[in-house]
Amino acid sequence: MSLETESGMAETSALEVESVSKSFRARRKTMQALDNVSLKVRRGEFVCLVGPSGCGKSTLLNIVAGLERPDQGNVLADGKPITRAGADRMMMFQESALFPWLDVLGNVMFGLRLCAGLNGKKRREVAMDYLKLVGLEPFMHANIHELSGGMKQRVALARSLAPNPRMLLMDEPFAALDAMTREQLYGDIQEIWSQRKKTILFVTHNVREAVCLGDRVVLFSPHPGRIQEQFEIDLPRPRDINSVDLAKHATTIMRSLKRILRPELQEVAE
Amino acid sequence: MKRSQNAILFFLFVTGVWELCARLGMWSPVLFPSPVEIGRYLIESVRDRTLIEASSVTLKRLLIGYAAGLVVGVPLGLLTARFKFVQDTFGTAALGLQTLPSVCWVPLSLIWFGQSEFAMIFVVIMGSVWSVSLATSAGVQSVPPIFVRAAQTMGSEGLHTWMRVILPASLPYIVTGMKQGWAFAWRSLMAAEIYVTVLTGFGLGHLLHYGRELQAMDAVVGIMLVIVVIGLLADKILFSPVERFLHRRWGTGED
Repeated sequence: MSLETESGMAETSALEVESVSKSFRARRKTMQALDNVSLKVRRGEFVCLVGPSGCGKSTLLNIVAGLERPDQGNVLADGKPITRAGADRMMMFQESALFPWLDVLGNVMFGLRLCAGLNGKKRREVAMDYLKLVGLEPFMHANIHELSGGMKQRVALARSLAPNPRMLLMDEPFAALDAMTREQLYGDIQEIWSQRKKTILFVTHNVREAVCLGDRVVLFSPHPGRIQEQFEIDLPRPRDINSVDLAKHATTIMRSLKRILRPELQEVAE
Repeated sequence: MKRSQNAILFFLFVTGVWELCARLGMWSPVLFPSPVEIGRYLIESVRDRTLIEASSVTLKRLLIGYAAGLVVGVPLGLLTARFKFVQDTFGTAALGLQTLPSVCWVPLSLIWFGQSEFAMIFVVIMGSVWSVSLATSAGVQSVPPIFVRAAQTMGSEGLHTWMRVILPASLPYIVTGMKQGWAFAWRSLMAAEIYVTVLTGFGLGHLLHYGRELQAMDAVVGIMLVIVVIGLLADKILFSPVERFLHRRWGTGED
């Protein structure tokens, strides 16, 4: 499976994860969250990480974000080692993590205020552009608690995009939303991704969601967390989560996932 | 509207019954002054400026001491939350000293600083600083870690994270602590002023004290009323706007 850039030039990958291992100590037991995981992500690629809980997919995301350090291995973003969190890799969480002491516009401005070389007027313009992009311009002065779950995640998306990061790291951002809102956001995120050509690393436990969004779906197996299998998804975009073709791809991945889960279930049964 | 109507009617009723009891001469007027007498005293002492000057002396001490209490208390709370060592040392001390009724600082303050203006201010500082510090520390510890992580991925770190994320996120706690600190400071200042005369300024507490010395019950009750009103106004002016902002932003409270 070739994961190199199509141009074939010696261009660095957007992200290179080289044999990363990470373990956590919890109550005298050591949990191997990641065991020798390697992954390359092309610039502008949408990669979905799927797997049962405990497979280390969120840990990998945190390491790429710079919020955690690997025990072993290297992680390179644009060829440079990741040493700390930074605005070039923006993270979105399952809960919106919006700041309740700021209004909607204030939240979107937060990251922009940390960007050097922008004056106040320009920052406001950029923030308004992204609020427009997610369709929440009329709510610029709303308080966070007044928004619905879907609106909150839209604001969080605008907040993440506004400082123009090269990579977007999304940790189950739609898991807490209702199905209808989620489907709307699938459309939005695909549109934004194709317009802005960001590299996206997207963690989910929902296989259909992964197939709907990803250029590639990376399946993790748990205990210890390893990459089990990778699937290129070459369906045309924009994709509809309810389409039959998409369901076929999802079924294939689901089958692999069940193979991973079965020994786990047996373990529990014993 | 209905609620303030109720309040006004209630207090008019109480004053009426009070006046009636006083007129009926059920108790000696020396012990039980009528509202009219108290009103007369208040008008008189506003006219000869004793009440106004005493209030301004007291408020000045209170505001200076309270501001100093905040300036010390908030950073101390932040340091307590940030460094385990400070938590174990100063944090423990703050916890202990907060249980000490702030009036108990009065004798110490007088021995250290004499009958001076600073002795009064010191009592106010000691009254407010521990509550504010403990509340700030509790506030910081209650900040959801996800706020900090989100801020970090946006490039925030160090002092910026503290000033722009952790501090505002703990604001609801800090304001609660500030209110408690204010209440303690106010009580301890009154105690200090009643307890001892400071020649540099004649505060409401002193006025109350001399009211007792002169057996002037109308003055005593009148000054008590003034102290109540100052407490209510402080709440309305200092804290209500902040609390309204917090309720609106965080979506807590009824409106």
